[in-house]
Amino acid sequence: MFDLTGKTALVTGASGGIGGAIARALHDQGATVALSGTRREALEATAADLGGRAHVVPCDLSDPDAVAGLVEAAEAAAGTGLDILVNNAGLTRDGLAMRMKDADWETVLDVNLTAAFRLSRAALKGMMKRRWGRIISITSIVGVTGNPGQANYAASKAGLIGMSKSLAGEVAPRGITVNCVAPGFITSAMTDALSDDQKSRLLGAIPAGTMGSGADVAAAVVYLASAEAGYVTGQTLHVNGGMAMI
Amino acid sequence: MSDVAERVKKIVVEHLGVEESKVTENASFIDDLGADSLDTVELVMAFEEEFQCEIPDDAAEKILTVKDAIDFINEHTK
Ligand SMILES: NC(=O)c1ccc[n+]([C@@H]2O[C@H](COP(=O)([O-])OP(=O)(O)OC[C@H]3O[C@@H](n4cnc5c(N)ncnc54)[C@H](OP(=O)(O)O)[C@@H]3O)[C@@H](O)[C@H]2O)c1
Repeated sequence: MFDLTGKTALVTGASGGIGGAIARALHDQGATVALSGTRREALEATAADLGGRAHVVPCDLSDPDAVAGLVEAAEAAAGTGLDILVNNAGLTRDGLAMRMKDADWETVLDVNLTAAFRLSRAALKGMMKRRWGRIISITSIVGVTGNPGQANYAASKAGLIGMSKSLAGEVAPRGITVNCVAPGFITSAMTDALSDDQKSRLLGAIPAGTMGSGADVAAAVVYLASAEAGYVTGQTLHVNGGMAMI
Repeated sequence: MSDVAERVKKIVVEHLGVEESKVTENASFIDDLGADSLDTVELVMAFEEEFQCEIPDDAAEKILTVKDAIDFINEHTK
């Protein structure tokens, strides 16, 4: 089950915790992976670690011209059309709305949502022709629940869900599915920075009693990328240890 | 038959998987050739690629038959 041999995947934010785990999991299932992010060295280290079938395609997603060329660059590097797009790159610029700068709103929306739309549009061209495709965007629990201090981030993540449902309806007749995976609290550089006190309060809100791992998120992505999930589209799969049951 | 017409018909045959004999100049993509709205978007994109031209949305909406496509391309490419 879930064999991805012969498929090519582009993973944005592959230099990060969750993106690295996603790239590894897709690769383990046999896919060729194109790893994107801004930090070339981190991407190259992951590619070297994976061995064959891994390519590095750096891109700053806040630069529209760079975004416009990314899907093509990934296809050129892999030497095949793109079958799977994982919009995983994301950033936060937290602050209470009353004090939030326009630039903090814009940066978050540009990278988390607008770039994901543009990459999806570019990827769909080839997927439509080949009558097969998977687009998976990593949203967040807060895109559904909201979170004080994250108006920009929550809006971008909710935007991914609405965008995915709309695209899903447009391209379903062509064998292309469009879904989201919504992590809850996942151990990462971001969560490592929390104090012990903050962590224990957070854990109290998670029925499973632990934070999730990148591998937990990656497993959901592998499922949605697989042929077996071909009848699942327009959905958001929550991976959050029961933190919110929605 | 002009070169443009032949290339347009070839794209239509390939994209819609219909018999060449059905792709007459007056054939309507939707009514005669079984295209759905996604097919028409794909056809327009295929024409743009083949003829290196841009077909704006308001013009694309008026391309309903094979002849409409041939005429638009003849007018907008050298
Ligand atoms: N960790 C969690 O608890 C959690 C929970 C819910 C959702 N998520 C979502 O999961 C995804 C991955 O998060 P993570 O925890 O793995 O965070 P992370 O380790 O900080 O990784 C973020 C990734 O996004 C990339 N990125 C950021 N800005 C970019 C830009 N302008 N251009 C290109 N790439 C850019 C980074 O690449 P470079 O470093 O190379 O620039 C990095 O690879 C994000 O979308 C995040 O919102 C995480």
